[in-house]
Amino acid sequence: MMNSDTNKAAGKHKGLRDFLYSPTIAPYVFISPFIIIFIVFFIYPVISIGVMSFQTVLPGKIEFIGFENYKNLLNPTFFKAIKNSVVYTILTLALLIPGPMILACLLNSKKMIGRNFFRSTLFIPALTSVVVAGTVFRLIFGELPGSLMNQLIGVFGFHPIKWLRIQETSFAALLFLACWRWTGVNILYFLSGLQNIPEEVNESASLDGATALQRFFHITMPMLKPITIYVLTISIYGGMAMFTESYIIFTNNKSPKDMGLTIIGYLYRQGWEQNNIGFGCAIGIVLLLFALILNFAQLNIFGLFKRED
Amino acid sequence: MKKIAAKLASVMLAGTMLAGCGGGQAPTTEAPAETKETASEAKTEEAPAASGDAKTLELWTFQEIHTGFYEKMAGVWNEKNPDRQIKLNYTVLPYDDMHSKLLIALQSGTGAPDIADIELGKFANYLKGDPQLLPLNDIVDPEIDNIVKGRVQIYGKDDKYYGICFHIGASVTYYNKEILDQAGVDPATIVTWDDFRKAGKTVLEKTGVPMATCETADPWSFWPMLSSQGGDLLKADGSPNVDSPEFIKAMTLVQDMIKEGSIVVAPGGFHHAEEYYGFMNNGGAASVSMPLWYMGRFTDYMPDLNQKMMIAPNPVWEKGQPRSVGLGGTGTAVTNQAKDPQLAKDFLAFAKLSKEGNIEIWKTLGFDPIRTEVWSDPALKEPNKFTDFFLNSPFDVLNEIKEEIPAITAGENLPKVMDALKTTTLFRAFEDLEDPAALVADEQSKLK
Repeated sequence: MMNSDTNKAAGKHKGLRDFLYSPTIAPYVFISPFIIIFIVFFIYPVISIGVMSFQTVLPGKIEFIGFENYKNLLNPTFFKAIKNSVVYTILTLALLIPGPMILACLLNSKKMIGRNFFRSTLFIPALTSVVVAGTVFRLIFGELPGSLMNQLIGVFGFHPIKWLRIQETSFAALLFLACWRWTGVNILYFLSGLQNIPEEVNESASLDGATALQRFFHITMPMLKPITIYVLTISIYGGMAMFTESYIIFTNNKSPKDMGLTIIGYLYRQGWEQNNIGFGCAIGIVLLLFALILNFAQLNIFGLFKRED
Repeated sequence: MKKIAAKLASVMLAGTMLAGCGGGQAPTTEAPAETKETASEAKTEEAPAASGDAKTLELWTFQEIHTGFYEKMAGVWNEKNPDRQIKLNYTVLPYDDMHSKLLIALQSGTGAPDIADIELGKFANYLKGDPQLLPLNDIVDPEIDNIVKGRVQIYGKDDKYYGICFHIGASVTYYNKEILDQAGVDPATIVTWDDFRKAGKTVLEKTGVPMATCETADPWSFWPMLSSQGGDLLKADGSPNVDSPEFIKAMTLVQDMIKEGSIVVAPGGFHHAEEYYGFMNNGGAASVSMPLWYMGRFTDYMPDLNQKMMIAPNPVWEKGQPRSVGLGGTGTAVTNQAKDPQLAKDFLAFAKLSKEGNIEIWKTLGFDPIRTEVWSDPALKEPNKFTDFFLNSPFDVLNEIKEEIPAITAGENLPKVMDALKTTTLFRAFEDLEDPAALVADEQSKLK
């Protein structure tokens, strides 16, 4: 009797053991936490958002209305929001990739004095809350003569400007905030990339007489390509999904003439502020497609989907 | 050294990736949610009645100071109703957060509190579809003659009331008496907008200060100019009313006064901007038209105006028109997920409709209560920070304009129209000075 019991127990153990050690099953066990989270928190919401974008969603009144929500998207406010998000994304890419790359090279150079100090201080803005930073920036760009920016331009003889009431200057404020906040983060990405470039390559290049500029363009930049693609990808996503900054700088998402309204800002306004959840879902789907297409195109151009030979 | 740096960098990288993921989340405008167990041991000692068999009522609000009021009322309730003890469990959330969470909880049918404070600008959202709030007619109807009816009507749909307001929100004009005295203008002589405009010219000439400020990001100063003409943001049927003649008339006057220099756009765009507080505190303008609930902003943010401000009725277009209108407000509602709906309703009635409740609203919150009889109650004459600050009593003004406080038209379109006003309409009118007739026609067409 006892013998068969132990056998059974051993058999159970063996089954579990086989299961865990099986080369075909084990990988799935290991990635299952991610897969489950991905399905529950991403796939499922995306599907239900897709469904809801064809409905009016109100308590007791959920009905399918076909493409009505998507038709309603064709309005000037939404186009303005798309324009704002796209322009913001492009400008942040133009500012937040070359700048941090050069700064990272400087910080990587052994000749740089106090580089550890700069590395840490440049990163500090990323640790602050967007809400706090946004509020401070709103005050910096205040319209009274006493605000910091107006005092600054006053030194050069300019009159005070209503920074956050003019399209160009209000965008400048948003970009300024983005640069202040993300430069340090992008520097970190590039620094980690720079550390992977073998010193011998640079050394032999300089022995061959290559100048610092030549080395930057022909060695550093090409070798930073994978990191650059990564930064580009997350920056595109970040730019298209920008919301909190604009929400705070223009108190409660209310920018004059929608000059700072982003796609998410419009989604938030329609979905939550006005309880048109179905319409909000349609905006979300459009944003998702937009970001997907942009990112796929960009990754394709950089050849990320090509087989590495 | 390099290894340590690399490790540090990777940890930071991981951190930033997490931070990066947070980018798309809903915003937190203020401090994170805080759930307060107020009726805890210490408090139960004070009010010994709230003992073991007390029923817990979940209450959500976006205003920390409201909890102080509810707490006092719960204490009195427990003394008076030994057999129906309650214990309030508060959740104070930032404005946007609370309204969104409540919307989700009501939509999904789970997780909503028993009682919730809902701001007027958002209330219409909760009345769309089948309202998930309980009709309060059974507690409101017996008191309807004692309160300002408009303050429950604005939270209504199909003859049912779903919320009870804290205050009237009577719109008044706050004059800076010091500046007016310098210019030799007596506010008592300002009755019509013509008088106001003339006084404005005198004030500007004599003191160099504009008579008033107007908002481009809030409707509070503009709205009364419509109401006195019988106009409103919504038509009686609830559709947007932006292209109405009342809009054009009011906009034209403000634009004319802006061109004359006697009105300026409020610094920061609205009367709740930090810039505006500083500007007004330094005597930046001679007057501002805001509802009575704005008193607290003077006492808290513009302390230098102490004993300089007086409260008066708004100017009108022609003598005899209503000199005020009830603006803004927070309706307290009972949700259909309340565990004991009758208890929640009865407590709500006690807190916000009873005489003692309304006196407490003035004492704790400084609002003009909705129950008219208390306006002349001696309890409201007792000195507090508001009576100390202003040159005259707000209730003298309230009693004067008692019959002249119409209610606004509320409806599903109100959030949409308010949003247009706050972002584009008023900005184009007062900052860009566009032609009013063409502007309102364009804005109206966008609202359809």
